[in-house]
Amino acid sequence: MAHIQLKNISKTFGNHTALTGLDLDIADGEFFVLLGETGAGKTTTLRLIAGLEKPSEGQVFIDGVDVADWGAAERDVALVLQQYSLYPRYTVRENLEFPLKPKIRRLPDAEIKDRVDRAARTLRIEHLLDRKTDRLSGGEMQRVSIGRAIVRKPRVFLMDEPLSALDAKLREALRTELKNLQMQLGATFLFVTHDQIEAMSMGDKVGVLNHGRIVQTGTPHEIYNNPRDTYVASFVGSPPMNLIDGKLVNGRAVMAPLNFELPFSGGAKASGATDGRPLVFGVRPEDVYLESGAPVEARVHDVENHGVEKILTLRVGDATLRATVPARTDVAIEQAVRFAWNPDKVVLFDKGSGVSLRHVG
Amino acid sequence: MAAVRTSSEIGFNRVAIVAVLVVTIIFLAPIYWIASTAFKPRNLATTIPPTIVFQPEISPFVKLFTKRSQMRSPPSPEEYAAAPWWERVVFDGGEKIVRDGKGQVQWSGYPSRFLNSLIIAITSTVLAVGMGTFTAYGFSRFKVKGEADLLFFILSTRMLPPVVVAIPMFLMYRAVGLNDSHVGLIILYTAFNLSFSVWLMKGFMDEIPKEYEEAALVDGYTRMEAFFKIVLPEAATGIAATAVFCFITAWNEYAFALIMTNRRAQTAPPFIPSQVGSGLPDWTVIAAGTFLFLLPVAIFTFLLRNHLLRGMSFGAIRK
Repeated sequence: MAHIQLKNISKTFGNHTALTGLDLDIADGEFFVLLGETGAGKTTTLRLIAGLEKPSEGQVFIDGVDVADWGAAERDVALVLQQYSLYPRYTVRENLEFPLKPKIRRLPDAEIKDRVDRAARTLRIEHLLDRKTDRLSGGEMQRVSIGRAIVRKPRVFLMDEPLSALDAKLREALRTELKNLQMQLGATFLFVTHDQIEAMSMGDKVGVLNHGRIVQTGTPHEIYNNPRDTYVASFVGSPPMNLIDGKLVNGRAVMAPLNFELPFSGGAKASGATDGRPLVFGVRPEDVYLESGAPVEARVHDVENHGVEKILTLRVGDATLRATVPARTDVAIEQAVRFAWNPDKVVLFDKGSGVSLRHVG
Repeated sequence: MAAVRTSSEIGFNRVAIVAVLVVTIIFLAPIYWIASTAFKPRNLATTIPPTIVFQPEISPFVKLFTKRSQMRSPPSPEEYAAAPWWERVVFDGGEKIVRDGKGQVQWSGYPSRFLNSLIIAITSTVLAVGMGTFTAYGFSRFKVKGEADLLFFILSTRMLPPVVVAIPMFLMYRAVGLNDSHVGLIILYTAFNLSFSVWLMKGFMDEIPKEYEEAALVDGYTRMEAFFKIVLPEAATGIAATAVFCFITAWNEYAFALIMTNRRAQTAPPFIPSQVGSGLPDWTVIAAGTFLFLLPVAIFTFLLRNHLLRGMSFGAIRK
């Protein structure tokens, strides 16, 4: 098990900059999720830790030791990829044995058998052991590749979107399984994904990566409720946070182009929310509610029924706003409704920089 | 596949079968001609129209393998002592018959030429494919400075007909004593085939996802181990295909073999037609020599047919 630190890492490929000044600290036994869009540098970060790439600048520490000169073999990490992770031509058993047989840490045969059997039992793939890998379903394949990682008891597990290629049902099931596995092993996991639901549901900590920079690191709760900037606010959450331009006038939020006003409790006033300063108001859809006496009128633009709840798209002037309401709420498209928000939950962002006022200073 | 076939599909199938038959006959006819001539009595070989039904005999092969005169230039004892073992094997064949008192019946030049062909073609194929595989792996997986230029230079060796350089090569070979030697022809054929092998193998290597090796690296294997355990088995199809092409090229090469060799290292292609020269050509013997010469390529290709036909199939890829 290990404590991973990246210090001021930059990585360029020719003219392309993949990572800039990246700092990351993953505690021992932590399930850390690196969240970002395609091309944000997630996989590069993973490969740097695995030793498959060398950083252009900065250092990687595993348990406090600078591993710049260590090859992939010596770092003792395990890698699970989205695909191509199993050796073709090998059976499942041979695939699971493979990581236990390199010269530098060849285990005795009895131990290999024992570990393979145990991993197979943990992942419920015992019945597949003698099958060739091309006769496996997607879920079985991914289970085997996780098995290939756990047989070795590595210092850290690196997972590069291991669930992305699977269908939704399976993804959900494996998500729970992976999380349980991690708690059972007590291992350090670095899990890379572009799926914010995976990040929120699995991570002890989440790091949001945007254009090669870490934008925010925190618990899923912090990331969700207190996003550092508008990028995080709009990337995390489904549907994402509503972001509306406006300013404060006499303690009320005035949405500039739309001409509607909402009460504002002033929780963030101390950090520079002065009257008239251009701001972006962020509010989660679940903190927007419909009420007959509420201050703003809107029209229902769209209704998405999700079973337990409905997601409404409300139209105020030219702007749209998402609201999550209980499923029993009876609304029709183009119906006029009145809404309000929960002023305590509103996050203020500086209009220019996009940074949350709570995170400034 | 649809379980029910429409009549037009069946019609198309019939046309396809007929077309395949016609093409097959066109390709097989010369081979049949050579094979049948090889078993014909001499007086039936050149009849017009060709004789189709005849009593096959083995005499063309007997004539191919023996000759009824003195060895024209038997090796001197010094020459014999200096010769490497594989050439001595060839010499021994000739002398043994003489020593056994079989009069003037000797092995003809054919077996030794055939052996030369095998030695030279197999060795140069192994070398070309081996070096080509490693080179292609390097080009495929590592950043090589000026990769595109280097690959172009490698290919450029095939941009002129090889015969163009025959005379300079001959002079160079004579100067360094490589003419009429196995090593000389092996070097030559390896050089010819290498560019082809590098390019072909590069294509196959590029097809193998590098994730496999990276997984092996992370699992604690060295780059070399990963290459032998993961990449090489995956590249087997490509290696087989490349080997077949290189072998055929080296096996059939005529011009350089004719110029560079005359006795010790002479291969079968220049030898077979040289038998036409003396007296009336015996076409049955030439056909027998050609027929035997076809066999190694046919066998080699037959053995590797699964690799050649099966496309690149990677078990665990899902896209």
